[in-house]
Amino acid sequence: MNRIREIFDIGAGFENIIEWLTEEADWLFDFIALVVEGFLEGVNWLFHFPPALVMIGLFSLLAWRVAGKGVALFTLIGFLLILYMGYWSETMDTLSLVFSAVIFGLLIGLPLGIWASRSDSAWKIMRPVLDFMQTLPAFVYLIPAVLLFKLGPVPGVIATLIFSLPPVVRLTNLGIRQVPLEIREACRAFGATPKQMLIKAEIPVALPTIMAGVNQTIMLALSMVVISGMIGAGGLGNVVLKGITQLKIDMGFEGGICIVILAIFLDRVTQAFTTKDKS
Amino acid sequence: MALIEVKDLYKIFGPNPKRAIPLIKEGKSKKEIKKETGCTIAINDASFEIHRKETFVVMGLSGSGKSTFIRCLNRLIKPTAGQILIDGVDIVKMDSEQLRELRRYKMSMVFQHFGLLPHRNVVNNVEFGLELGGMEKTERREKAMEAIKLVGLEGFEFSLPSELSGGMQQRVGLARALANDAEILLMDEAFSALDPLIRAQMQDELLDLQDKMHKTIIFITHDLDEALKIGDRIAILGPDGRIRQIGVPEDILSNPADNYVKEFVQNVDRTKTITAGSIKQSCPVLNSSKDGPKAALHLMEKHSKSYAYLVDSQRLLKGIIHIEDVIELKKKKENDLSTIVRHDFYTTTPDTAIADLLGTALQTKHPIVVINEENKFLGIVSREMIIAEVNEGVDESDTPTVFSEILEETETLENE
Repeated sequence: MNRIREIFDIGAGFENIIEWLTEEADWLFDFIALVVEGFLEGVNWLFHFPPALVMIGLFSLLAWRVAGKGVALFTLIGFLLILYMGYWSETMDTLSLVFSAVIFGLLIGLPLGIWASRSDSAWKIMRPVLDFMQTLPAFVYLIPAVLLFKLGPVPGVIATLIFSLPPVVRLTNLGIRQVPLEIREACRAFGATPKQMLIKAEIPVALPTIMAGVNQTIMLALSMVVISGMIGAGGLGNVVLKGITQLKIDMGFEGGICIVILAIFLDRVTQAFTTKDKS
Repeated sequence: MALIEVKDLYKIFGPNPKRAIPLIKEGKSKKEIKKETGCTIAINDASFEIHRKETFVVMGLSGSGKSTFIRCLNRLIKPTAGQILIDGVDIVKMDSEQLRELRRYKMSMVFQHFGLLPHRNVVNNVEFGLELGGMEKTERREKAMEAIKLVGLEGFEFSLPSELSGGMQQRVGLARALANDAEILLMDEAFSALDPLIRAQMQDELLDLQDKMHKTIIFITHDLDEALKIGDRIAILGPDGRIRQIGVPEDILSNPADNYVKEFVQNVDRTKTITAGSIKQSCPVLNSSKDGPKAALHLMEKHSKSYAYLVDSQRLLKGIIHIEDVIELKKKKENDLSTIVRHDFYTTTPDTAIADLLGTALQTKHPIVVINEENKFLGIVSREMIIAEVNEGVDESDTPTVFSEILEETETLENE
């Protein structure tokens, strides 16, 4: 048994792959890192540049427009509380990490989902990969991320992106596959090209389901961003980590509250998009 | 030349479907072929023509392949073998680009469950086909508005489909199909999902529209009453995917080609399908521009009637004239019959079913006059003619029996 394990060592095999990648394909990862870092810096600047009170006003306005008075009030009070506790900067760091990871996630996930809905064989290959991505413990992503992208926010974004990608792929695939046959037939019967059918019928009809996937992706991203505080991604993850490692109950609790406020804000606002399209 | 010619059309679903065709020709049944090859026959050797501007109804029960059939006509489904010629061009051989052209400009389709885009409002749904063809926004909006007007949906242009009732949603579907001004209109069980009242109303409106637009309509239905009402000609599909009979409604009712069609037709209420126009009789009439009292008396005497109908030189109905009024007029030595004309009698249109006339016919002492929309005199329908027609389809054994006959029968039985 041990001999067999020496030959087929799964863990060591994975290690070898990662090592090979760091040596042979570092130019690729450097390039990815460059793109992600540039984007992240831009987003970071966007969230940090306006005074906190202006941002709070903007967030509340957004919540009011898409999700109604209650959510707007919650947003106003919640973010003021964050400001009052002194974690504004960390919260904006976390928000820009989430935002960047989700944008890259959608850029990859939506086309993958559309492809999966078009081709059964593509979906057959994607499905186990997605299962793997979703069930592997979140911490495990951190190791290759660190090895390939060093420490800091960039591997944080990458690990988050991978962890939060499955729902949007799954639900985009599901949403498009659920478009009623008669709607497809109607498109074809009036002379739609496959591209016209996708853009004018399938995606709009599937949009509520796709938006539910986007919502799930955002929530997963938020939870992963906090974990990636362990590899120096910064933001609220750092605060919570400090609370744990230094046994600072006050700090851990305050950081936790900030995350909860941010999570509820993001969830309600994106969910409002989902239900809005249904009615 | 016929607009659409279908020649030796087969559609078989399953693995390697072409190998089933020789088996069909050997005369094997649908079941045997399914067992031997795993293939299901949907359309079995269909050949027929559809003429320009006619309403051609394909009628069959579920599973008879009628939905497959209509989808072959615009190639949503590719036939296994055979030809479909539209204006002489075989669409089975067309590539996807040619098919798109065909679907955008030559034929359009109405679906059973409407097939509307839920996120688009009525006008955006109606202009969908034009949008796909790349028509400019103002132009397509104009055409869409015309189509909406045609189906009577003014005022709902900016509603979403989910805000409309089933009947109104299907009007949107119809408007969408009319908007691109295609010559051929395919209607796949278009009214089957609607409740009976709305369905009847939509059928009437389709007939009205067809009177104005003269499209070539191919209409699929499982409802024989609907087929008889709408169709100029009807094709009846059997459960084996074979066409059993093609003919005008009267033909199918009176000369069913085989037992399958006969069974189908038996359940039809004849009084609902036979119209005043089809049983009307001509009758001599008086012409107001030339006939006087003497001609009137002569006519009534000749036909031993106490009344006659008066028309003008264009045969437009003026009214009824009674014999006592004519005598009065003659005594006064006047000549103009239109001074004594009366209007207290019933009229009907040629499309009215005799079931709807029966009640009136039993009350009134004069026959019902059949006139068209311009009041032109077409003929008369009397109560005797309606009753004779109703009686035609009656099975003798089911009719009521005189009581004395029953008594006689029991007596003879007892004596034995």
